[in-house]
Amino acid sequence: MDLFEYQARDLFAKHGVPVLAGEVIDTPEAAREATERLGGKSVVKAQVKVGGRGKAGGVKLAATPDEAVARATDILGMDIKGHTVHKVMIAETAPEIVEEYYVSYLLDRTNRTFLAMASVQGGVEIEVVAEENPDALAKVPVDANEGVSIEKAREIVAQAKFPAEVADQVAEILVTLWDTFIKEDALLVEVNPLAKVASGKVIALDGKVSLDENAEFRQPDHEALVDHAAANPLEAAAKAKNLNYVKLDGEVGIIGNGAGLVMSTLDVVAYAGENHGGVKPANFLDIGGGASAAVMANGLEIILGDPDVKSVFVNVFGGITACDEVANGIVQALQLLADKGEEVTKPLVVRLDGNNAELGRQILSDANHPLVQRVDTMDGAADKAAELAAAK
Amino acid sequence: MAIFLNKDSKVIVQGMTGATGMKHTKLMLADGTNIVGGVNPRKAGTSVDIDGNEIPVFGTVAEAMEKTGANVSVLFVPPAFAKAAVVEAIDAEIPLAVVITEGIAVHDSAAFWAYAKSKGNKTRIIGPNCPGLITPGQSNAGIIPGDITKPGRIGLVSKSGTLTYQMMYELRDIGFSSAVGIGGDPVIGTTHIDALAAFEADPDTDLIVMIGEIGGDAEERAADFIKANVTKPVVGYVAGFTAPEGKTMGHAGAIVSGSSGTAAAKKEALEAAGVKVGKTPTETAKLAREILAG
Repeated sequence: MDLFEYQARDLFAKHGVPVLAGEVIDTPEAAREATERLGGKSVVKAQVKVGGRGKAGGVKLAATPDEAVARATDILGMDIKGHTVHKVMIAETAPEIVEEYYVSYLLDRTNRTFLAMASVQGGVEIEVVAEENPDALAKVPVDANEGVSIEKAREIVAQAKFPAEVADQVAEILVTLWDTFIKEDALLVEVNPLAKVASGKVIALDGKVSLDENAEFRQPDHEALVDHAAANPLEAAAKAKNLNYVKLDGEVGIIGNGAGLVMSTLDVVAYAGENHGGVKPANFLDIGGGASAAVMANGLEIILGDPDVKSVFVNVFGGITACDEVANGIVQALQLLADKGEEVTKPLVVRLDGNNAELGRQILSDANHPLVQRVDTMDGAADKAAELAAAK
Repeated sequence: MAIFLNKDSKVIVQGMTGATGMKHTKLMLADGTNIVGGVNPRKAGTSVDIDGNEIPVFGTVAEAMEKTGANVSVLFVPPAFAKAAVVEAIDAEIPLAVVITEGIAVHDSAAFWAYAKSKGNKTRIIGPNCPGLITPGQSNAGIIPGDITKPGRIGLVSKSGTLTYQMMYELRDIGFSSAVGIGGDPVIGTTHIDALAAFEADPDTDLIVMIGEIGGDAEERAADFIKANVTKPVVGYVAGFTAPEGKTMGHAGAIVSGSSGTAAAKKEALEAAGVKVGKTPTETAKLAREILAG
């Protein structure tokens, strides 16, 4: 889960990383009081989870509380690269910036270790620095069990060649930033820019944090950081039912079991769609192993509720899951939806293979539902589902 | 032969007495797996009757190994306790730990991997978030259905569980030496490369099928490895061509970020290494058949 800047700022502050004062608001009028609390001037910063907001006009200085209201009025509701601004941060104006640096911790998947990255060329996109001047970006592996002590932090500082006069401050920040990374179960903590201001103090001016959703069981505070406003309504409804669903922009609704098989199903449908007017998968939905009739019903309800969906492809390989249970699930799900008074008009193509496939196919044949078609190979079923979507 | 697991493997189950552990211990036994014990500190000294098999429960992995000669542990421990359970297996120096558990926090898997490394990698870790591995006709350590296929001469390594089953099903008449599900998490123990190296060295494997998916660069590195070290034919499949950037597709590790981790880049790297890559699982199976038919 990627956080907004103000949420990252709050977590940095909680763990002792020096940040500027600021608060988040969602109405222009609130900008006045927030700016008054900061002594009468502020920076109004759009809160969006995408880079380049400064260039897009999403960061403005306000010299008075009235100006802050005006800037907040401009910025709230603004569209930045497809992201609507719902919140702005009213931040303390930064003292004069002398130098801009970069520091981060992240997972290095390739080497299966954590990695510290640091550079004295901050304030720009770090990918650009890595590309154009790789020697300016220090990459130091961090052992997950040893972490970042002050000694380790000094090693990072030395490798990135930070100037002597800020070395101690940056090393301390690296230790507190590591605390943020570990204690919040983050996948990424990044400060850019880490700024040296005229007084000589080093401050985190902007940052990014991404949190590990698998750690929710020990991070009860993280639930409050979820941005419910941004979620696609179908994705939100699926999440409320504990379904693993991602909305896509095509026409063929997909239900399958197992993440890999569902990803593969999307691809196979997209290939089949090339022969049927370019129809594409409308979603990713993994119902997991041992799906009950209720889970199948929940899944079907979400998919059938998507106005973009023209046909549905249920693709199941029965491993531990028995296909007769899946077939019963489909039949019961359609009955459940009918009982709820929901009119189902979209055709379903079902492919069952593996454990008890024959039984499952028989159940579907016996049920003889007018909207359900059986096709017994994955590629053939994908082709049929694409054809039906294209015909609608 | 086969890789990592055979008829002589003596298997214990960490988390055997839980509902999932019991269900799959029963299935593993039915597939002929030599299950010699379970581990649960709160039930040490008791035993569990599974279909007429009296399975003793030990307090620790070390004790189970000492009493039974176990050399494989399969873990069905819930995510919150998985790190401690894997660390225990590493401390006991059990040669193989198969971590089935889904949903382990990355800081935990990074920590147990770093720990395994600091101890000299005496324990091979498979997973987490994987279906385990099977050597058909000999032993099954995990949740791969034992009745899809028979012993044969194809080796399979896959990030995805259900695609493992699908591929075993597609090629069920030919059969498999071993099939290994390595898992789709960002940090995993055994990689495609480890399995490729083992299949290359296994005299009972004639052809290797490798299944990858979006995220990370494991497939690209496997392609380099194949080019330099693998003489047996390799057939590949990569899932996730239609996955959008920045969205996690079910597996925690299955995410395209920027231009990295795309299925297209993986396919290209594998093809450059001489691997035939199928567009669909069925087409991939067909490629394997063609090669085996000469």
